Amino acid sequence: MSGAPIHDGRLDLHDVAVMRGGRKILAGVSLSVEPGESVLVRGPNGAGKTTLLRAVAGLLPLASGKAAANGEEKPDERRLRIIYCGHADAVKTPLTVTENLRFWAKLYSAPVSRIEASISALGLEHLTARRAGDLSAGQKRRLGLARPMISGKPVWLLDEPAASIDAASVARLTRMLEDHCAKGGCALIATHDRLDIPGARSVIVEEAP
Amino acid sequence: MSSFAAIFGRDILLALRASGGAVQGVLFFVIAALIFAIAIGPEIAMLSRLAAPIVWACALLATLVSLERIFQSDVEDGSLDVIVETADPLELAFLAKAAAHWATTALPLILAAPLLGLLLNLPAAGFAPLIVSLLVGAPALSLLGALGSALTLSVRRAGLLITVLIAPLYAPVLIFGVGAAAGDEAALMFLGAMTMFSAIIAPLAGAAAIRFNLD
Amino acid sequence: MLPLAFITDYANPEKFERIARPLTPVLAAFAVLAGAAGLYFALFNSPADYQQGESVRIMYVHVPAAWMALFCYTAMAAASVAGFIWKHPLADTAAKATAPIGAIFTALALITGSLWGKPMWGTWWAWDARLTSVLILFFLYLGYIAVWEAVEDKIRAAKLAAIVAIVGFVNVPIIKFSVDWWNSLHQPASVFRADGPTIHASMLTPLLLMGVAYTFTYAALLLVSMRAELAARRLARLDRLQTERISGVREE
Repeated sequence: MSGAPIHDGRLDLHDVAVMRGGRKILAGVSLSVEPGESVLVRGPNGAGKTTLLRAVAGLLPLASGKAAANGEEKPDERRLRIIYCGHADAVKTPLTVTENLRFWAKLYSAPVSRIEASISALGLEHLTARRAGDLSAGQKRRLGLARPMISGKPVWLLDEPAASIDAASVARLTRMLEDHCAKGGCALIATHDRLDIPGARSVIVEEAP
Repeated sequence: MSSFAAIFGRDILLALRASGGAVQGVLFFVIAALIFAIAIGPEIAMLSRLAAPIVWACALLATLVSLERIFQSDVEDGSLDVIVETADPLELAFLAKAAAHWATTALPLILAAPLLGLLLNLPAAGFAPLIVSLLVGAPALSLLGALGSALTLSVRRAGLLITVLIAPLYAPVLIFGVGAAAGDEAALMFLGAMTMFSAIIAPLAGAAAIRFNLD
Repeated sequence: MLPLAFITDYANPEKFERIARPLTPVLAAFAVLAGAAGLYFALFNSPADYQQGESVRIMYVHVPAAWMALFCYTAMAAASVAGFIWKHPLADTAAKATAPIGAIFTALALITGSLWGKPMWGTWWAWDARLTSVLILFFLYLGYIAVWEAVEDKIRAAKLAAIVAIVGFVNVPIIKFSVDWWNSLHQPASVFRADGPTIHASMLTPLLLMGVAYTFTYAALLLVSMRAELAARRLARLDRLQTERISGVREE
């Protein structure tokens, strides 16, 4: 069951605009991410990277334009195909690492095998019985990054996934992404720093001239 | 349904883990009742007449102070995004949160109620109707309370705001609850109706409130 | 959908302003006229009640205020539904502007009810079914206003406040029913029945006139308040446009 079938994932944005608090943050965003492709979204702080990812995930409404995951445009349909990993890790600190993973597996109706696969992919083996509250920031981030893998969804949106993790863990993240893409999945990754994913294309979010 | 079970189960586990959330609620409940008893005075006849209303009022107050937490921690650690993302539909996730609140906050109060009944000299015949009224009415308190929590989840220190929002909606529950505790069958029926009504309106309004709060 | 909202957002408030500005003094004048006539009848040209004496005259201030308390809440909920379903930009403004006016009418009903209670019941406050449900209604108003105050993003506040108004409105009959039921259990038979004496025609004239005066007062205040709110929003929008920084995406 491990590596249960991940269907091809693709993402198509056409002339997307997003508003927050009555202010237009993004406009005229068109972008396609093909199956097997990772796209890095770069740009300075406050340019709207997070807003873009949350809007694509269906957590914020689009002011105009179209966003489709595997051709599905409706937010509820889109949400079924997309996973969004935000700044917060969505980790419950009173629970152990395993308990957090098990909760996600249940939520995404994922097979138990994916829990084990994600533990080894992110090097969490020696931490499984630890209370998440006792983890370091980097370890917690790694735990949070197990979620897209457990979800088994084809389109991954990762917001600053490399924040506060060490070089070894960046390598694990890279391998996990390569694996995901090899199975036909795609990823859109917001980052303000020098995260390098081999073979990944970059786009820049910045203030329009 | 799997998301209902997952969220419900996780919230129960969290309440068991986070040292004594439920214990704190019960403690508040008992202390509030003792404050009433001390304020009213040691006259047994008066206390025993007021016992059931005091227990209901204190259960309501203990619920009110517990509401802020329902959604706040999920907002802080980002879990609410995950719940919204996976919940199909979001109304069901709201019900799971309300049900978990009932199990971790209201149920301990109901279990502690007989003890308060003893302390307040509740007549022996009054115990059964009091417990039944709490069992029937407490779900309405949790459902409407979770609605209050969902409405205010983007507000820092929302405790007082929730109280102002939800207290008027609690008034009928309190009225019928105290009536049912006094053995009035019509009141028990109305209380049940209130719980069912809340089970319909709170998830609808609560899910909408969660969506608007994420925008 | 959104482009439409954008157009109405800019166009409608201007059209509204064109109509509302001249209408405000007209409505205010009607309110003053009806109020003056109503007060004349209420104070000088209507009989004292044979049981209640002169204190019956409080009724002419009190009863229309209670009417308005319910009317305003209904208007607020209706405007909230309109804002919710049709996303009409004026609807949220109307609901928001109605709340404090309704709350003041409700407070007036409570205070005059209490003043009336002193000679009637010999006490400032009796847990009469009507007074109690109006008191709860007052708290419903406070909750609605508090949401607008507490939620910083006003677009979000409008949507959340609409939920509060609608849920509150659905609950009003339930609250009323529960309080009536509760009151009938506890009410000693000797206390004044809220149904009161049947109303004399000579009492009906000032009562209706006062009702008309209150309604026009509400309408005039509503327009003033909505115009102020719309002006404030225009200002905020200009401010936002100045600080707005729109990002786009380009290939590296």
